[in-house]
Amino acid sequence: MADKFYAGVDVGSSATKVVIVDGSGTVASMALELSGMDFVAASKTALEKAAKDAGTSIDNIAHITSSGYGRKNVEFANDTKTEIACHARGAYQYFREAMTIVDIGGQDNKIIKLGPDGNRLDFKMNRKCAAGTGAFLEEIALRMNVDMSKMDALARKSEEVVTISSFCTVFAATEILSLVRQGAQTRDIAKGAFRSVVKRVIEMDSLAGTIVATGGVVSHNPIVLELMAETIGHEVLTPPEPQFSGALGAALYAVDEGRQ
Amino acid sequence: MADEKKKPTFRKIEATGPCKKIMADHFYELDEAAKSGSRKIAWCTSVGPAELLRAMGFLVYFPENHGAILGATRVALDTIPIANAAGYSPEICSYLTSDVGAYMKGETPLSLAYKGITEVPKPDVLVYNTNQCRDVKDWFMWYSRELDVPCIGIESFCNIEVSREPHIAAVSQQLKDLVPALEKISGEKFDLDRFKEVVGLSRRCSDLWEETLQMGAAVPSPLTFFDSTILMGPAVVARGTQEANDFYELLIPELKQRVKDGVAAVDGEKHRIYWDGMPIWGKLRDLSTTFLSLQTCVVASTYCNSWVFSDLDADNPFDSMAKAYTDLFIVRSDSAKEEYISKMARDFKVDGFLFHDAKTCPSNSNNRYGMPERLAAKFGVPSVTIAGDLNDLRLYSEEQSITQIEAFIEQIAEK
Repeated sequence: MADKFYAGVDVGSSATKVVIVDGSGTVASMALELSGMDFVAASKTALEKAAKDAGTSIDNIAHITSSGYGRKNVEFANDTKTEIACHARGAYQYFREAMTIVDIGGQDNKIIKLGPDGNRLDFKMNRKCAAGTGAFLEEIALRMNVDMSKMDALARKSEEVVTISSFCTVFAATEILSLVRQGAQTRDIAKGAFRSVVKRVIEMDSLAGTIVATGGVVSHNPIVLELMAETIGHEVLTPPEPQFSGALGAALYAVDEGRQ
Repeated sequence: MADEKKKPTFRKIEATGPCKKIMADHFYELDEAAKSGSRKIAWCTSVGPAELLRAMGFLVYFPENHGAILGATRVALDTIPIANAAGYSPEICSYLTSDVGAYMKGETPLSLAYKGITEVPKPDVLVYNTNQCRDVKDWFMWYSRELDVPCIGIESFCNIEVSREPHIAAVSQQLKDLVPALEKISGEKFDLDRFKEVVGLSRRCSDLWEETLQMGAAVPSPLTFFDSTILMGPAVVARGTQEANDFYELLIPELKQRVKDGVAAVDGEKHRIYWDGMPIWGKLRDLSTTFLSLQTCVVASTYCNSWVFSDLDADNPFDSMAKAYTDLFIVRSDSAKEEYISKMARDFKVDGFLFHDAKTCPSNSNNRYGMPERLAAKFGVPSVTIAGDLNDLRLYSEEQSITQIEAFIEQIAEK
């Protein structure tokens, strides 16, 4: 009889991630789709892709747990879990110790504190605005006419420290215009934007113990990890696929539920 | 498959009907008086000197109650920007901005709820107490200029650890100083016996309301915070009247019966939460449904307890009113507030603290100086802070807040 599979579907504001695991929690496949406007279609397409890569079909998935902002739109999921729970579970899968998880997503940030057994002690989410999130970086990239995928490489060429102080994304964009007028280089502004993200995150909560960063922003812009480590004076770890941490956590919850 | 669980159902409290009638009677009585001029009308801040006004023959109207109705009906969303445009910042009390904006627009949700009422009752005098915040005075001063009506009141202390004799004496004297002006407006001579009688009735109302809220300490709780935000209506607008007391005499046996029968307000109550801060009026139903589906009862709150005035004493009306309105939660220092919430947490056996950080109500957003963290550590239970507002839903992110609430309950469940 074929192995049973379990799936986690994390519908974020920017991307929908799917992780399929077997009964032991070992990752069989992963897939990503842009969430767009149709969460149902995005999650279905991502799940089909992941199932195909795992050499199975959706019908052979014993249990599906959805997470993320669009979790309640995943009509084929068996149950839902918040992204707080799933990011915690996904990170703990790789780092079995007390930790502080810093998740930087497309439109929100989370800081989750776990005890040594992986139990959640506390969490914080950013307030309503998108300061310090992926949306902030996208806005800055757009203002500078730089492709978001090139921001990390560009920032690494920075030679001068440029500080972006504004809390508000819109005001930050205005500040950038002012910096440009003063002759600041694009590469320095790019690094300043990443530094701003780090500042916004570390002021959300105290960071203690092992620090684990997850989410799409660190996945695509590893410079954030370096700047964060530099700022807090502490090593920052990241799981192998930081953007899929929430989907992995959801898949592991699916194993728990599916086996009951 | 997801969320196909049985839809949660609300368990209606039968006394809600009589509660609505008291509210209707209150507004119709004011409307009739405003139209006919049969009685003088005083506008009063919600924890202002209502007993004194009532004793001096005024009908009392509470603009904050109107503010809450503007919020609950979401009319506030259309009226706040009007006040903003007139120079009243989006950062200040959204009761103020929604109410002033509604007046400027010539609109009131009362006209939808109560046939025949087309506007709020015009005041003969505006009476404030700044015990809650300065905004209430600024609010009343707007109407004073607009309607050319006298605005008088009490300047209270704020952030006090505990009221001491000088505090009480100062407020008591200010209460007495109101009398000559009120006599002139009402045309009635101050009658100490009548005042004592009203203070006595108000104290009784306070005791009954406290007893009502205390029912939430039962496991399972027979009522939720969301029920209480409705049931508190008579304690707010009709304290000092026999009608308000009669209502709670009717409500309490119903709740007692629920406790006796083990009837829960939230089916299968699993978790018990403390709500600190203002309600999010325009989202009461949605939040109530969310908690219901999470089998979580919000058993106690700071907000609903704000109409418990246990210091009122008919034999010493001025001083006891001064004490009651100075010892209010909102007037107190953070350490006094923390002690109060701690007692509530123990009495109501709460599993976690929810703090509502209302953007436009700093006086009643008690999360801002580290209290959630201190309480969570003290009790070893989780806390969560929701960013929102009492009336301005532009300041509330529903998706984010619901995620936070669900994660908070998950955390409690995993303990």
